Amino acid sequence: MNTSNSQLTVAEEGISAPPSPLAELWRDFRRNRGALIGLTLVGLFIFMALFANWIAPYSPIEQYRDSILAPPAWVEGGKAQFLLGTDPVGRDMLSRLIFGTRLSLLIGIISIGLSMSIGIVLGLTAAFSGGKTDTGIMRLMDVLMALPSLLLAVAVIAVLGPGLMNAMYAIAIVQLPAFVRLTRASAIAERSRDYVTASRIAGAGVLRLMFIVVLPNCLAPLIVQGTLGFSTAILDAAALGFLGLGAQPPTPEWGSMLASALEFIQSAWWVVSLPGIAILLAVLAFNLMGDGLRDALDPKLKR
Amino acid sequence: MALLDIKNLSVHFGTEARPIIAVEHLDLQIDAGEVVGIVGESGSGKSVTSLALMGLIDAPGRVSAESFSFDGRNLLTLPKRERRAMLGRDIAMIFQDPMTSLNPCFTVGDHLIETLAVHEGGSRKALRNRALELLTQVEIPDPARRMAAYPHQLSGGMSQRVMIALAIACNPRLLIADEPTTALDVTVQAQVLELLLRLQRERGMALMLITHDLGVVAETAHRVVVMYAGQVMETGKVPSIFTQPRHPYTEALLSALPENNIGRERLQTIPGVVPGAYDRPQGCLLAPRCQYAQESCRTTRPTLASPDAGSQVRCFFPLHTSGPKE
Amino acid sequence: MISFFLRRLGVLIPTFLGITLLVFALIHMIPGDPVEAMSGERGMDSARHAQLMTEFGLNRPLPVQYVDYVFKAAKGDLGRSIVTQESVMREFLDRFPATFELSLCAITFALTIGIPAGIIAAFKRNSVVDYGVMGVSLAGYSMPIFWWALLLILFFSVQLGWTPVSGRIAVEYDPEVVTGLMLIDSLLSGEPGAFRSAASHLILPTIALGTIPLATLARMTRSAMLEVLGEDYVRAARARGLSPLRVLTRHALRNALIPVLTVIGLQVGTLLAGAILTETIFSWPGIGKWMVEAIHRRDYPVVQGGILLSATIVIAVNLIVDMLYGVVNPRIRHQR
Repeated sequence: MNTSNSQLTVAEEGISAPPSPLAELWRDFRRNRGALIGLTLVGLFIFMALFANWIAPYSPIEQYRDSILAPPAWVEGGKAQFLLGTDPVGRDMLSRLIFGTRLSLLIGIISIGLSMSIGIVLGLTAAFSGGKTDTGIMRLMDVLMALPSLLLAVAVIAVLGPGLMNAMYAIAIVQLPAFVRLTRASAIAERSRDYVTASRIAGAGVLRLMFIVVLPNCLAPLIVQGTLGFSTAILDAAALGFLGLGAQPPTPEWGSMLASALEFIQSAWWVVSLPGIAILLAVLAFNLMGDGLRDALDPKLKR
Repeated sequence: MALLDIKNLSVHFGTEARPIIAVEHLDLQIDAGEVVGIVGESGSGKSVTSLALMGLIDAPGRVSAESFSFDGRNLLTLPKRERRAMLGRDIAMIFQDPMTSLNPCFTVGDHLIETLAVHEGGSRKALRNRALELLTQVEIPDPARRMAAYPHQLSGGMSQRVMIALAIACNPRLLIADEPTTALDVTVQAQVLELLLRLQRERGMALMLITHDLGVVAETAHRVVVMYAGQVMETGKVPSIFTQPRHPYTEALLSALPENNIGRERLQTIPGVVPGAYDRPQGCLLAPRCQYAQESCRTTRPTLASPDAGSQVRCFFPLHTSGPKE
Repeated sequence: MISFFLRRLGVLIPTFLGITLLVFALIHMIPGDPVEAMSGERGMDSARHAQLMTEFGLNRPLPVQYVDYVFKAAKGDLGRSIVTQESVMREFLDRFPATFELSLCAITFALTIGIPAGIIAAFKRNSVVDYGVMGVSLAGYSMPIFWWALLLILFFSVQLGWTPVSGRIAVEYDPEVVTGLMLIDSLLSGEPGAFRSAASHLILPTIALGTIPLATLARMTRSAMLEVLGEDYVRAARARGLSPLRVLTRHALRNALIPVLTVIGLQVGTLLAGAILTETIFSWPGIGKWMVEAIHRRDYPVVQGGILLSATIVIAVNLIVDMLYGVVNPRIRHQR
């Protein structure tokens, strides 16, 4: 990623390139306070996901039958050992939320990784082959785009059946058109540039042109889309979990945690509020970071 | 009493602590019916001056002046509403790029009728007739059909004619033309300029012609103001300013003209660039690029002096004061 | 204009056929054959299995089945629900007005707040108001709406007792179905309390469903306005002495609304997707809830039909938006 970024910026800046293009990206990014908050939150979530086993005080599925629906520690009746309270079957909320982070990030990484890599291949193929292949791929994407996002995900689940893995596939399919269109558009723009012609004359094959010459220069918008898509993935996965079509109990997934606690909405606010806050914060973090990246990478908005 | 009287105008951008100086200590008078050419390189503050005149400098830009009056009325203290009423009616402006200066959603007629309705009012039919008449005056063929045209259906020259029609709609006494021909094809440039001058003569309006083309100024203006890095370097009458420039910058601009380079192998140029926002010289702004610069030029900044009536120069060592120098 | 319309329509036909193919494939991609899938875990003896296969025409070659499906769908025949034995089209038409009414309220809510908020934010750029609008809209954009809906219920219904928790109207009222839109039907019923009840049932679902479109519209309007306010023709309009209000509403807004219109069109998809969650939470008897239930019950004809019809709506609305786009943007209109 680093090398591709630097190539891109050098291409834009021309001869008066500043010391390091990556440093410049960081300088522009840092100026955006929202982006920094997003980055910090994302860092925090990654940390929690990586070290969940050590940070979480309890196992996410261990049930403490003597402390069912214990409120958070600072509320009257709360127990010090369960900082954020317990759920309807006596599991520690904090631990479940921490392990939920791991799950949400994993969903994001797998579904976006899948979607992005397939999207790049399809987009580059469309851009370089043109003609019938191009039309075919783009028509297929039009079809996918005509279906409202969650509806398409639900349709995919209808075929594959409910479950966490299937939810990831569904989300990957929903996001696919965005990556294909973006890759194709930037690849077509780059394809006519002189440096591509130069490599072609130098005898580079189509595959080399696609992946080594052109792709690195199309990465900037793809990275932004990937970051913003990450937040949508987390949101959609939670929605599917909430509908009972994604992760199944007792998996500590935020959306399904919320769904399984619905009946306690009046008596135990924490079982409903806390997973929601976790989803909101995670989505917000990736959105803030994505917006910041876009502003820093988009030369049009640069002063 | 001059129609337009500006004394000590400054326009700053950027923050209070680290201002970017666009225009400083600018004096400018324009009499009724006078054609004044304002020349200078890009970034010399010509356009900013005209925008300040129109009250179109937005925050963070700041405008200050000792005197800033039009027809005896102080523009800086005039209530916003009254000042706005003057725009388009007493002072009008045309811009560099006519293609982007017309609203893509409105027809030519919409533009003209709106401007007339805001400033003069009248029945829809009367406004339409006035609009048609204006299009005829700017020599647009088949005006009735052009009324319904959208900007994207017009050529550059045609758009600029529409912009001129809009500008003269309410018989302004001062017309500011900011590089009115730069964006046009060479073949149309002369036509548009000719049109502007004819309208200026017929209506007796003052014309402030901003350009970087000295040739255009020599043919059209009564008086010339040479600007550099936000300051007036020299003002003088035509043609004396061309035959006997007093400021080294004016002289350098003239010697860079192709017609003054006939027989040479290379066009003469002025070395260096206009100082940027943060590297303004301490002394004379031109000093780093001036072939006559002395030590004093680098340490102290000259003021605008009047060696004789009708001309001003900002230089410690003006040229041509006692006969030609070179 | 007509040729413009026909050209757009021409592009849409392959897309539409693609969707029918996708929906048709849906039922054949389910592991096992469709009849098996429909019968669920209960199992079925082979005689009954064979009988159903013949009944549904599933023994014929796939291309024949597909062509048959498309022709039937074109006539409005989308098969029958396995659970209720009711025609899928009939069930859809019964539920659609509820979703339509809710979506209409939600998009109205989003437009009336989102667009002015975006305009004000752009006009007062970098002010407290701007930061406020952008902050709130970012939060709204990132909001899991099923959770947001629950918070609304918790606060307005449970805590304050202002609004009902679910349904379209209180049980004591049962207005005759005329338009299918409860607000209108309750007015027609003549009972004074009925309309109030219907309206109060709409408030929370409207807010829940309208939040994401609202946030999106506010952001889009702001950035479109900012772009337009920097254009030469805005400066030129000011130079002609037009008032700031006139410049803003007549010259800037008109141009800024062109991209915003596209975004409004895209919200139809967001609304239909959001309806799945909102209707489930508020027990709103629309197509979103209908489809979620169908998936849980493995009622595949309903899922199939619901997806096809939803996609049709999205395509139709976007076609209309394209048309409007041509009306407001002279540059498109004159394209030949």
